[in-house]
Amino acid sequence: MIARLESTITGIKAAWRRELSAYFATPLAYVFIAIFLIVLGVFTWELSRFFDTGAADLGPFFYWHPWLYMLFMPALAMRLWADEVGAGTSELLLSLPVSLPGLVIGKLLAAWTVAGLALILTMPWWVTVNILGPADNAAIALSYFVSFLMAGGYLAIGAAVSALTRSSVLAFVSGVLVAFLLTAAGWPFVTSAVASVLGTSAGDAVAQFSFVTHFETAQRGVLELRGLVFFVGFMALCVALNTLFVSHKRSGAG
Amino acid sequence: MLDLDALAKSFDGHVAVSEMTFNLQKGEVLGFLGQNGAGKSTTMRMVAGVLEPDMGDATINGISVTHDRREAQRQIGYLPEGAPLYRDMTPQTFLRFMADAHGLSKPERKNAIERVIADARIANVATQPISTLSKGYRRRVGLAGAILHDPPVLLLDEPTDGLDPIQKRAVRALIARMAPEKAIVISTHTLEEVPAMCNRVIVIDHGQVVADDTPEMLAESRPGGLEEAFMMLAGEREDQSV
Repeated sequence: MIARLESTITGIKAAWRRELSAYFATPLAYVFIAIFLIVLGVFTWELSRFFDTGAADLGPFFYWHPWLYMLFMPALAMRLWADEVGAGTSELLLSLPVSLPGLVIGKLLAAWTVAGLALILTMPWWVTVNILGPADNAAIALSYFVSFLMAGGYLAIGAAVSALTRSSVLAFVSGVLVAFLLTAAGWPFVTSAVASVLGTSAGDAVAQFSFVTHFETAQRGVLELRGLVFFVGFMALCVALNTLFVSHKRSGAG
Repeated sequence: MLDLDALAKSFDGHVAVSEMTFNLQKGEVLGFLGQNGAGKSTTMRMVAGVLEPDMGDATINGISVTHDRREAQRQIGYLPEGAPLYRDMTPQTFLRFMADAHGLSKPERKNAIERVIADARIANVATQPISTLSKGYRRRVGLAGAILHDPPVLLLDEPTDGLDPIQKRAVRALIARMAPEKAIVISTHTLEEVPAMCNRVIVIDHGQVVADDTPEMLAESRPGGLEEAFMMLAGEREDQSV
């Protein structure tokens, strides 16, 4: 048991360090962070009319997070496993004496670190609302925390899907598709359509599978255990699936 | 040191390796010969823990690959076919990654990296991105990664494939220096490599061992030497299968 844990930690550390260096060895992480900040800024400023609201509130800023994560996180995660298979390095990786879940978690944490860095760089918005007036800093801090968890959830989808293909592009498209389903499930349009066909409880159940539903609760300054369990549980499920997809390669299935 | 016991693998009903059985002792350098598709790489992948065998087992110093994969993998240095590497890394950072994955402590890591950089003669390119290195250097970086944790068993899949004569000589010299302390399996289809590097030869065809001897004895078995012996062993079976 202890040996297994040690092997997992060794795998996490090795994979995290390797992937993080890969992100910053090429312009990928810099370009990702720059475009994410620009797009989020434009959406918050122009589409949500941030300064026209007249309130010291980051609601218009957080509103876009799930929708941008839906596109940006699969882009960040698409190469995590697809590139390994494409370049043949998956064979090298599978020959190492580390646990597979360790490698899966390490890679996911590296992508999550880049996403976290991008999120930290949005903090001038937080400073700005405090200059504009008295802000609900507890609600903002909670929103940032849950937004970070949500980014991890989207990345976990992207990483798991990436293990199913050797094409980064296919991994990205598939990742966005799955992410879209889990985002749109919280749309009133979708929940009311499901409720009208299958009943109110079915509509509510579908909404509970949406990232948006749990994120909106946090934006109101409410820390729900259900939301935390949802995001952590969802990531654990994706890590388990990701491990399964990679270990399937050991059987010679692809 | 290395024991293969009825190792078998099929892909979609096609038998790639069939009841492969042999053992290897310390100091033996085995030339693992066969035509393309004979099952050399599949056998090596199973021993390295990359592929799960359908049947049979491989043990390294008594440790089973199928029952204690990670512990068995600690005993193996593996250079996959084509020496795949992370092209965005430098040899130095790649070796650090390999050291991390093998759980080497900081002082062990430093000593091991310095040792293999010297052994593989890659000091002059240690801080260059791998993507800028020649095929020969890349192969040597892969080899350095395989021997970093000083494993008792080495599995080298086509270690000199595509190298120029000088690079081949450097790799051969490195293998010769390590040979007395290790059991080494070298998969190759370049017959002239065998007498220069190996003191034992196994020829496989259609996933089965068809000859197991010294290079000298195998060469003496036919008037045309090793090449003719190989052609006969692999070719005859080819004819039979047609």
